[in-house]
Amino acid sequence: MTENTVLALNGLSKRFGSVVANDAVNLTLKRGEVLALLGENGAGKTTLMNMLFGHYLPDTGSVDVADGHGRLRPLTLGHPQAALAAGIGMVHQHFALAENLTALDNILLGGESLLSWRQNRRAARTKVQGIIERSGLAAPLDEPVGNLSVGERQRVEILKALYHDARILVLDEPTAVLTPQEADTLFENIGAMTRDGLSVIFISHKLREVLAFSHRIAVLRHGKKVGEIATAEADEQIIARMMVGADTEVAPHPAMETGAPVLQMTSLRVRGSNARTSLNGVDLTVHAHEIVGIAGVSGNGQTALAQVVSGLVAPDGGDIRIEDAPIRHFTPPAMLKAGVGRIPEDRNHDGIIGAMSVAENLIIERLDAPEVSAKGFLRQAEIRNHAKTLCTEYDVRGPGVDAPARLLSGGNVQKLILARVFEAAPRLILANQPTRGLDLGATNEVGRRLLEARAKGSGVLLISEDLDEILALSDRVVVIHDGQLIEANTKDRAQIGLMMAGEHA
Amino acid sequence: MIRIEPREAPSRLLTLGVPVVSAILALALAAIPLALAGADVFAAYGFMAKGVFGSVFAFTEMLTRASPLIFTGLAATLAFRAKLWNIGGEGQFYLGAMAAVAVGTGWVEAPPIVMIPFILLIGAAAGGIGMAVPTYLKTRFGADEVVTTLLLNFIILIFLQMMLQGPLKDPMGMGWPQSAPIIDQGVLPQLLPRMRIHAGLILALGLAVIAHIALSRTVWGFKLRAVGENAAAALHAGIGVKRTLMGVAMVSGALAGLAGVSEVAGLKGYLTNDLSPGYGYTGIVVAMLAGLSPLGVVVSALFIASVFVGADTMSRAMGVSSYLADLVVSMSLLCVLIGGFVARYKFTRVTREAT
Amino acid sequence: MDILQILLTDSFWAAALRIATPLIFGVLGALICEKAGVLNLGIEGIFAAGAMAGWLAVYLGAGLWGGLLVAALTGAFFGLLHAILTVPLGLSQHVSGLGITLFATSVSYFTYRTALPDVSSPPRIIPFQPLDIPVLSDLPFIGPVLFQQTAMTWLALALVALVWWVLERTPLGMAIRAVGDNPDAVDAQGLSVYALRMGAVVAGSALMALGGAFLTMSAFDAFFFGMVNGRGWICIALVIFASWRPGKALLGALLFGAFDAFQVRMQTEVGAFVPSQVFLMIPYVLSIIALVLVARRAEYPRALLKPWFKGQR
Repeated sequence: MTENTVLALNGLSKRFGSVVANDAVNLTLKRGEVLALLGENGAGKTTLMNMLFGHYLPDTGSVDVADGHGRLRPLTLGHPQAALAAGIGMVHQHFALAENLTALDNILLGGESLLSWRQNRRAARTKVQGIIERSGLAAPLDEPVGNLSVGERQRVEILKALYHDARILVLDEPTAVLTPQEADTLFENIGAMTRDGLSVIFISHKLREVLAFSHRIAVLRHGKKVGEIATAEADEQIIARMMVGADTEVAPHPAMETGAPVLQMTSLRVRGSNARTSLNGVDLTVHAHEIVGIAGVSGNGQTALAQVVSGLVAPDGGDIRIEDAPIRHFTPPAMLKAGVGRIPEDRNHDGIIGAMSVAENLIIERLDAPEVSAKGFLRQAEIRNHAKTLCTEYDVRGPGVDAPARLLSGGNVQKLILARVFEAAPRLILANQPTRGLDLGATNEVGRRLLEARAKGSGVLLISEDLDEILALSDRVVVIHDGQLIEANTKDRAQIGLMMAGEHA
Repeated sequence: MIRIEPREAPSRLLTLGVPVVSAILALALAAIPLALAGADVFAAYGFMAKGVFGSVFAFTEMLTRASPLIFTGLAATLAFRAKLWNIGGEGQFYLGAMAAVAVGTGWVEAPPIVMIPFILLIGAAAGGIGMAVPTYLKTRFGADEVVTTLLLNFIILIFLQMMLQGPLKDPMGMGWPQSAPIIDQGVLPQLLPRMRIHAGLILALGLAVIAHIALSRTVWGFKLRAVGENAAAALHAGIGVKRTLMGVAMVSGALAGLAGVSEVAGLKGYLTNDLSPGYGYTGIVVAMLAGLSPLGVVVSALFIASVFVGADTMSRAMGVSSYLADLVVSMSLLCVLIGGFVARYKFTRVTREAT
Repeated sequence: MDILQILLTDSFWAAALRIATPLIFGVLGALICEKAGVLNLGIEGIFAAGAMAGWLAVYLGAGLWGGLLVAALTGAFFGLLHAILTVPLGLSQHVSGLGITLFATSVSYFTYRTALPDVSSPPRIIPFQPLDIPVLSDLPFIGPVLFQQTAMTWLALALVALVWWVLERTPLGMAIRAVGDNPDAVDAQGLSVYALRMGAVVAGSALMALGGAFLTMSAFDAFFFGMVNGRGWICIALVIFASWRPGKALLGALLFGAFDAFQVRMQTEVGAFVPSQVFLMIPYVLSIIALVLVARRAEYPRALLKPWFKGQR
């Protein structure tokens, strides 16, 4: 350990029930260094950082943090307050901001005695403005956070950490919600801050930004640190191999003759309350035997597109045809009847009813089918037998078809939804962020099933924020930006990135 | 430190055991107010037991008291399972009773085989409408049904007073605010000679069984549960959430309305503005104590009715306020809430843990 | 006397403010709880408990202010119970609140009956008297309306200003508002979500109990069963109507008081033609209408009704 080590994690382990989230992880961070913590979803990155920040108490291990004089001192674990006091700031993936308070009040939160009769906003504002000048992190301080863009909210989060005198900043997947260009700006700001002595750990699973912006890379897999390398000595192959344990496997993706259109949208408009829920006159066609990938930064109208195709929202203009039949009623049953299968973005919120059994969740979209019910009564035996068959076929593993669906792991929940969707032999499949938060095995399974459906003649509308996934699975890429769709006509990552930022290449 | 973790699936023993333990605990806690009131605690429990099990008459009185609680308990159970917070059982009870009196005191006459179902149907319809209105305000305008049903209880009670001094007033009632009696053809048959127990109990038990089957074995019940457990997913899956809620509201209100019909046509014979000692509100406790299971409602209604009947006897014998019964009922609700928490979580002693 | 004349009399406005006073306490209490993310349906029972406890304390010899303290502590106790059930245990706020209402009401009734077993007519205390302020009380119109109210009305008005200041201008207020919007934001800054929420529920419940105490210690001089009569529920409706703002809550309570005072006066005017019950219904009907009108626009505290557990992000 050298003089300018500011943080040392020593053998941190954490289990949740039978799952080992972290297994004896060691990590050090130097002053002014940018360390990238890389790993697949579920590799244990976030758990590790939550232990550092006191949200979780490790089962074993300790943490040392440098004090103001650079001397390492043990950190009291399990208390966010101790982490804050030791100069550790964390920016979560889901921002910890109160939307009804202004940016400045959010930054101030917890910084003053709760017993004082008034806030000292003036002194605080001066300090925050000083930080903004040095770092370049601009944000409107007097707006309620609810009115700020995602990028601005992120800057407020970082300002909040710096205001509380963070010397170590942890960023959990900071670019997940940003355009590539916004992300570049963020990393420029980080560069400026590290020159002032700030040390940064950023969590990511994007190889490109890790290689471009970090000094050192540590890779986690299945909760263990499996490798550490200076960025200067690394390349994509080396780290990818560390991450997945072998060379990344690209799913076989033979070209295919496309068939007749299964989805046709013409000048479709949705007037939502914000950009996330608006579409400004879009045209889109998906053919049979075709996967169309919608690439874009989140919040650019993907929600509106998915809601219309799911039947949750009626468009304000334009029309939709499924297999040449115009859709007039925009309700979920109408869409199901038209032959649309929907894999929802938030599978636990919209996809399953956690308190109901696996078998019940498998029939929920076709309660009136003759094999499910007769004269208003459920055919319990048939439903159970059918569920058992489907669970075997789709490899849904869990405590059985009668157990509540909430007991399934994320991957198995998604397999349950796949089973339900594919069983109905849909003509069009809407797959909205189908692999978010899944482990590698389940991710590959989703990809395999989508390709299989394509081979059988379905059209697939794949919405994802993961450009790699889009490029791997899609026959055609369409970029969504600010409620509009642009045909990419390329699979070049840089060009698509520019389009995602709204610059027509 | 104690670590608290959610249990994966509470065992059957816990699901059944928690309400039982909660009820017993609440009953035991009654010793505190009894002692504070200066009563002989053991004698008090003795009188309570005697008030329920002391004679055939006492026992049938308990069953008679349980009947309306089964109806209102079922009303709360079905609504709460759909996460529709029907706190308006008290008002719907009186709507049912008023409707029964409106048509059952001579306006139409028919043999009992027609008259009784007719009165029941009209009362159920009135109760159903009483819940359909706030549910419509919820689904159409987003008005919180907790507050609207609570306020409707007061409106309906005032409306009842108005009716009892106006159109529904018994011309032979010597000025008392009470309705004319239900005609003989409309009165629910007695079950035992010289006892007050009536056919309302049979109807209540039958409806509990039907509610159980409907909830667990029909498409309607499936939709109700789906909407209650996760309305967003139910909507996404093509279940008409608003329509389901309206249906549940009608059935829930109808059940509470039937409680009113049963009391007026089975027990009292005429309507006054104190027909219900809070059956609508107590129905919520019955439902919670039953773990929102229709068959459990029968058991918990018997328990709550025993508490009321037993406390009455004890009160008469010892001079301790019969509000003790309300105290036990409310404590059993709080106990079962806490018990439900205990059943859902595992408590393990650990050496190093944050939570 | 026509409608306009009623609106011009000082006794009408004085009555409006008097009727509004318990609602002001209740609305403020409910508002504080909900701002922190906890719906407190215990309010109806806490009103009854405050009314009984305050009155009984005075009856047993405590002074009027001592009685208010007892009432507030009683409210705080039931609030603490609700807070424990809903905050660290995270149980259904609806059901717990109703349970508290049933519990607090039955405790009050049982205590009253046990303390005074043999009374046929309710015993009386000497309640708060209208403050007689020299000069101000003699002003035409304004004098009777504002300056002949009891100290409790002034306390209620002062509390509106205090609650507004705390919520809008102090670090504690920021923390309470934040915990009702996004508890993670509060937790991330090292503040205790549990302590903030529980503290808000306890404080809010104490205020609710003062609303109840006003009934027995200022508006009337005795305790009756059923005297709360839905005032608590009306407060819950008024908080939504007021969009969780103390100023608007005051306005809502005053409007409500004015309508109520107005219906009483109309009753004497047209009572011969319209049954009195029609007027008695008006306050409840108005509350429902107000709720329907604002429901869609209401900006609920985002974390209202949502339990939060430490370490589950």
